[in-house]
Amino acid sequence: MKHTQILFASLAIGLGNIEFAQTADDEFIEAIETLRSVGSEGRGNAAASKALKRLSNGGKELIPALLTAMDGANSFSLNYLRGAVEVISSKTLSKGESLPLVELGEFLLNKSHDTKPRAMAFDLIRRADANAAERLIPGMLSDPSVDLRREAVARLVGQAGDLVKKNNKPAAILIYRQALDAARDLDQIQTISSELKDLGRSVNLTKHFGFLIDWNLVGPFHNRGRAGFAEVFEPERDASLDLEYEGLKGKVTWQKYSTDNEYGMVDFNEPYGALKEVTGYAHTKFISASDRPAELRLGCKNAWKIWLNGSLIFGRDEYHRGMRIDQYKLPVQLKKGVNDIMIKACQNEQKEEWTVQWQFQLRVCDSTGTAIHSLSNSKVAAK
Amino acid sequence: MKKHLLIIALVVLSGSVFAGDWTGFRGPLGNGISDEIGLPVKLDIDKHVAWKIQLPGKGLSSPLVVGNRVFVTSSGGTRQDRLQILCLSSIDGSVIWRRQFWAMGSTMCHSKTSIAAPTPVTDGESLFAIFSSNDLFCLDLDGNLKWLRGLTVDYPNARNSLGMASSLVMTDDILVVQVENDSESFVAGLSKTNGGNLWKIDRPKSANWTTATIRKSNFGKEQVLLQSGKGIHAIDPLNGKVIWHYSDGASTIPSSALDGNMLYVPSQGLTALELSRDGKSFKQKWRSGRLRPGTASPLVHGNHVYSLNNAGVLACADVESGKRLWQLRLDGPFGGSPVVADNHLYVFNEEGMAQVVDLTAPEGDITGKMDLGEMIQCSPAIANGAIYVRSNSHIWKIARKTRL
Repeated sequence: MKHTQILFASLAIGLGNIEFAQTADDEFIEAIETLRSVGSEGRGNAAASKALKRLSNGGKELIPALLTAMDGANSFSLNYLRGAVEVISSKTLSKGESLPLVELGEFLLNKSHDTKPRAMAFDLIRRADANAAERLIPGMLSDPSVDLRREAVARLVGQAGDLVKKNNKPAAILIYRQALDAARDLDQIQTISSELKDLGRSVNLTKHFGFLIDWNLVGPFHNRGRAGFAEVFEPERDASLDLEYEGLKGKVTWQKYSTDNEYGMVDFNEPYGALKEVTGYAHTKFISASDRPAELRLGCKNAWKIWLNGSLIFGRDEYHRGMRIDQYKLPVQLKKGVNDIMIKACQNEQKEEWTVQWQFQLRVCDSTGTAIHSLSNSKVAAK
Repeated sequence: MKKHLLIIALVVLSGSVFAGDWTGFRGPLGNGISDEIGLPVKLDIDKHVAWKIQLPGKGLSSPLVVGNRVFVTSSGGTRQDRLQILCLSSIDGSVIWRRQFWAMGSTMCHSKTSIAAPTPVTDGESLFAIFSSNDLFCLDLDGNLKWLRGLTVDYPNARNSLGMASSLVMTDDILVVQVENDSESFVAGLSKTNGGNLWKIDRPKSANWTTATIRKSNFGKEQVLLQSGKGIHAIDPLNGKVIWHYSDGASTIPSSALDGNMLYVPSQGLTALELSRDGKSFKQKWRSGRLRPGTASPLVHGNHVYSLNNAGVLACADVESGKRLWQLRLDGPFGGSPVVADNHLYVFNEEGMAQVVDLTAPEGDITGKMDLGEMIQCSPAIANGAIYVRSNSHIWKIARKTRL
């Protein structure tokens, strides 16, 4: 309750809008609290439905407060609050009235707000006044919201393309470099990379994404009848790199493996051959400059499990249904210094051509997808 | 026009479904059959496209029609994480309302499908829309959100990297969600009122894109017929308990067709199951390896069962024996299922070619074709004397009379 009241009060003060402050009454706050209390398996849905109805009857002056209430909300509550904003904004526009553009703009520009409501504020501005939205785009190049950042990157790509057409290649290259530095979406990164390569410049995509390329691998262990996924093999008990384990056909030890794949693909088939019904482990050390939140972003079409510093983060027993960069986004807390990351990858029995892959790609980044690079051992030693 | 005004008034007043509405995947009975008459059979793009409207996102879910309102889902954004629900006027295609939500589950899917793959369902008061991300939204027909669920948030391994596609079905009181995948595979019965779990059962750990069938036994008791690679499970919608199990396996793409007490299952070709009157058992009546539904679901009309295979061949067989009576090559391939109205079968291929087959002709006769020029993978809806079909970017109304 207190948190929300503070949010409303601070927003009201920030906007200098007394009328708005008056709307932040108890009934309103109670409705917001109800929406923010919705939990898993539909808990709180019934109360939320009633609260949403009350909020949706409100006027457009509620929109900034509803967006503010999205800060820190869970994914269910975010959509409930969005539902209220959608109804109010549609009602407002259908009556021929304008949305509170200044307040929306100020909300958007305040980066202390969460990314989703800020992106929604931008969408509302664009619906109400496309020119106003356009003017805001250049300032979004390093925005924490990937959606907003994308707009600014697209603008730069367009500018660089125009410069190429005018044969001003040096200027185009520098604009593309700025765009690449800011880009977080794969399609934009690939487009910019391709343009830069066409202009004779090199691009290190591995570094841009922050793929981990140096690993130790051990295997194969069995995965008969897909049972290997659940079975606890010795590396899960002790992943010391000097240990020897009982593998599928005798003793196995950790082997150094580095990938030169641009997208950091770690391919178990390379050291072990195209095996079926097998399990392998990959281990790496990631040196973090500080204690910090991060995301482990994994792409894998085999069944997998991942551990950070000995704790199981997540696992999934799906085989050959597809793979892409950032397929799984796993929020973690890195500790300052050395962090141990271990991945288990299981290959199943399927024989089709599209089931040959026994591989994964992993990167460490922040919630916007900006790569977090491991400090080198030499840097750590120097410190 | 008077007819439309009357429908509008009735819908507003009573908020319920009328005969002729198209309320879920393959229509109100889930069998692809409409009682509409007077649809165009010789298609002409200049004469029969009543309207064509741009959609804000991709999708292959079927449109629904309640009275004068058409509901359709789509997904947009770079990561396909903007889940959109639209309500259009069936009269002119104008947008009555549009809502957008953030995806809570995975928006990864095969490039050919979409996050808006499953078809919503409506009881005439609420619209229940689910997406491949396993996000489920209940809205009233005026676009007000009533409740929501994020099933992959609740059950984090309930997802499919190729995409989910099973459409929602409902009994009188219960909404049935089928979230079958290789990992955390389940079916749940949800309260239509608040979306809470009434029951949840584990299902085979295997990807499945079929849609369940609702059957009312002769004693009025409802059953949910769940199809998967393990066959058919008939379950009690009140508690999720299995009543009977046909265990000879079944396809995980085309869905079964129910006609009275007969269930035609894409299993070992096509298998006809005769369901007991009390709903407690079944017996196999026939099986045909010569009828092999591809992606499109089979369909029963009159005394015939129709099966469209992956080569684009439409086969007609006798419902009593399964004996194949005739075959007709259509222009495939087909991602959606055919529908039938007024003795004509309507189907759209993946290139956007509409095809109409006169089922009264001795060996079927293609009476009309029309190229919409865009990839279409949805099963069309039929209501208000019109056919509604959508692509990744447009929705069309196709009717004999394009003006009121």
